[in-house]
Amino acid sequence: MHHIDPSLIDWSRAQFALTALYHWIFVPLTLGLTFIVAIMETIYVKTGNAWWKKTTKFWMGLLAINFAIGLATGIIMEFEFGTNWSNYSWIVGDIFGAPLAIEGLMAFFMESTFFAVMFFGWDKVSKRTHLLSTWLVAIGSNLSALWILIANGWMQHPVGMHFNPDTARNEMTDFWAVVFNPNAYTKFLHTISSGYVLASLFVIAISSWYLLKKRDIQFAKRSIMVAASFGLMVSLFNLTTGDDAARQVAINQPMKLASMEGLYKGKKGAEIVAFGLLDPSKTLKDNKDPFLVKFAIPGGLSLLSYHSFDAYVPGIEDIVYGNKTHHIMSASEKMQQGKKAVDALKTYKEAKKAGNVQEAKAALNVFEANSKYMGYGYLASPEQTVPNVPLTFYAFHTMVGFGTWFIVLFIIILYLTMTNELHAHRWVLWAGVWSLPMGYIAQEAGWITAEVGRQPWAIQDMLPVGMATSNIASGSVMITFWMFAILFTALLIAEVKIMATQINIGPKEADHV
Amino acid sequence: MFNALTTLQLQEYWWFLTALLAALFVFMTFVQGGQSLLWTLAKTETQRDIIVNTLGRKWELTFTSLVMFGGALFASFPLFYATSFGGAYYVWMAILFCFIIQAVAYEYRKKPGNVFGEKTYEVFLFINGSLGIILIGTALGTLFTGGHFIVNEMHLSHWTTKTYGLEAVLNFFNVAFGFMLFFLARLSAALYFINAVDDASILSRARTVLKYESWIFLILFLYVAGSILTMNGYTYDPQTMVVSVEPMKFLHNFEAMPAVAGIFAVGVLSLLAGLYMGAYTQSDKGIWPAGVGIVLTVTSLMLILGYNHTAYYPSLSDMQSSLTIENSASSRYTLIAMSYVSILVPVVLGYIILVWRAMNREKITADEVENDPHHY
Repeated sequence: MHHIDPSLIDWSRAQFALTALYHWIFVPLTLGLTFIVAIMETIYVKTGNAWWKKTTKFWMGLLAINFAIGLATGIIMEFEFGTNWSNYSWIVGDIFGAPLAIEGLMAFFMESTFFAVMFFGWDKVSKRTHLLSTWLVAIGSNLSALWILIANGWMQHPVGMHFNPDTARNEMTDFWAVVFNPNAYTKFLHTISSGYVLASLFVIAISSWYLLKKRDIQFAKRSIMVAASFGLMVSLFNLTTGDDAARQVAINQPMKLASMEGLYKGKKGAEIVAFGLLDPSKTLKDNKDPFLVKFAIPGGLSLLSYHSFDAYVPGIEDIVYGNKTHHIMSASEKMQQGKKAVDALKTYKEAKKAGNVQEAKAALNVFEANSKYMGYGYLASPEQTVPNVPLTFYAFHTMVGFGTWFIVLFIIILYLTMTNELHAHRWVLWAGVWSLPMGYIAQEAGWITAEVGRQPWAIQDMLPVGMATSNIASGSVMITFWMFAILFTALLIAEVKIMATQINIGPKEADHV
Repeated sequence: MFNALTTLQLQEYWWFLTALLAALFVFMTFVQGGQSLLWTLAKTETQRDIIVNTLGRKWELTFTSLVMFGGALFASFPLFYATSFGGAYYVWMAILFCFIIQAVAYEYRKKPGNVFGEKTYEVFLFINGSLGIILIGTALGTLFTGGHFIVNEMHLSHWTTKTYGLEAVLNFFNVAFGFMLFFLARLSAALYFINAVDDASILSRARTVLKYESWIFLILFLYVAGSILTMNGYTYDPQTMVVSVEPMKFLHNFEAMPAVAGIFAVGVLSLLAGLYMGAYTQSDKGIWPAGVGIVLTVTSLMLILGYNHTAYYPSLSDMQSSLTIENSASSRYTLIAMSYVSILVPVVLGYIILVWRAMNREKITADEVENDPHHY
């Protein structure tokens, strides 16, 4: 189709990864903190207690600081599909563009319209209208997550479309299949609940710090009570949605699952690795043990993936080289079919242009017979289908490990809060403080798992990233990459400093009531 | 309901929605215009706070309109999204950088510990309000004058210049279009301040801006409108889809669509009435006729750009690569599905209007800004 410059692919990936990772520092907190703020304001409206209004305003102030930089880093994400992935925009824009547009219409306007009321409308609208606005901001933020994750879920598990050889693109055939893609829903629920966990950690960390400093004690205790209750509830939910999400990965993206677990050779009763150190010298087909050290639970992976201790879980080598016993087609066979489809499409277009109906029809038949694996036709080697295994493995295990710790932390804090002993256990308070950076790391690790684990695919099995880029000079992308890196880092420094200053000032100044 | 429409009608419907979004965005750029007027209208810190806080309650709507404009284009005309954004790379990136720095500027400007100081964030607002708008206008100008791209038989596009869109600034029409939007944004900002702010000196300076800058805008507008009506346009044969040059294409489009010409005329007159009210009367309502005028004028210009078998994004490198609403649109199925979604548009507009009325019931004063603990 066109010459693919490897450095262009790398810079385009790097820029998208950079902007997405920066954006994802801020979004989860917004997703969760909007709900926590709405809950606090609801208590204020129900009780009429001005103290809750002050508490609401304090957390709302921090939300605004975070929200602003979330917008700043977010606008680029949408337009980058055009600027850096223009082939992608054409090849799947017919499907992918729809959820993005719906996100704008249903979510962004709701957020931006009611955000102004939430912050500036305290004396301009009634109490209940203000509360409604706060809830609408929370709902709008989460609706935004829904639609973007429907789009992302579709990239991981494309459904509801067919390839139109005349337009040389994938076209939507079933809107509802795209909307109700099971991959999207597990992803959505897991992602938003992880955002709620992070927001709970955020409130707990700041409140714990106040308790350690023996200041704003009443405020901190009440905030911790709300956050720990909310946090425990949503982290348990997060655990179940994570299980669902992993099962979707097992069904639709077996290579990602194998990479998440460092499973090179498939087996029945596959173990799940709770902790492990990968051997960095491990390569495909070298028959070496992938792990230097590991602690694993026998049958765990089979159970979690397929609800059976004996279920067969394919490994990386099975998927790359095929496994006849388990009817797994090799990547090279898929590549052969894919190349046939790519060639047939070219022949079809040329024959049609020349008015050769017979040849066009014959080429179309060949194309239809092989189009299922067209994406593989653009790959250079079967080994290209393997993502970066160590990065995927460690990211996944970091996410799961930290997530498990958060559940324990919420239980401890909630218990100590209810027995009014929290302030006496300084180590718990310090754990509360230090769990916040762990929460951010877990968030980023989750996205690294999801996005690195599906490489080399922009659209799973359909479109490799190399075919999706814009046809521009890699130097241009390199320039903008560094511009983003510098600008976003500068803004992040400002954000952290402002946030820290506001936290240091504390809730007393949050309102003049 | 939408199933009954022909594919061309669906494409026209989506072009209309895109046009309307573009028009609403141009109206909402009064926020950017206001940012560019920060140091012109405000001479004290309190006055600067009033201006920033007045705009700060609306800036996200403008921001969202831009994002929505992009989203609608992606969903309905993905080949434009792919070709223009992926080709005129530097121009769009420059625009995006201007909007990234705006997004933090309001919230961070007055916050203690903001690292770079209040002035830096005001400069961010100024850059967004001036360079950001001029660049957007320049990019919109290329819809009339064209871009250097080629679309191949697989509908994949590439740009043919190494400057990736920056060459647009060498075309006087494009730049004049950019500056016209810039002055329009400043004028609508002045009208908005007159409507929303209660501060005598800001209002007095806003009226002075209207008196002088209206003339600059009018000269630019006459040049741009005159150029559009007399320039060569690109037409295509609806049967063969072959693109060819047609002298005075846009004038012919007005002749072929008198209703659109009527909308344009009403829009221009309404805009002029708004400007007159702001500059030469004591009325504070000039923003409304001007706003209606902007929306009608921009919508009508977008319609003559895309309707009546016109290539709305001509290719200067290969005329047959030019984009039309027919060759760049989403599939019929997607357009129908998205048309049902578009039923939500009046609902969204409805709650925006309701909230706008509630928030603008009383004018913004120095007291309100100073006493608001969350002020920007």
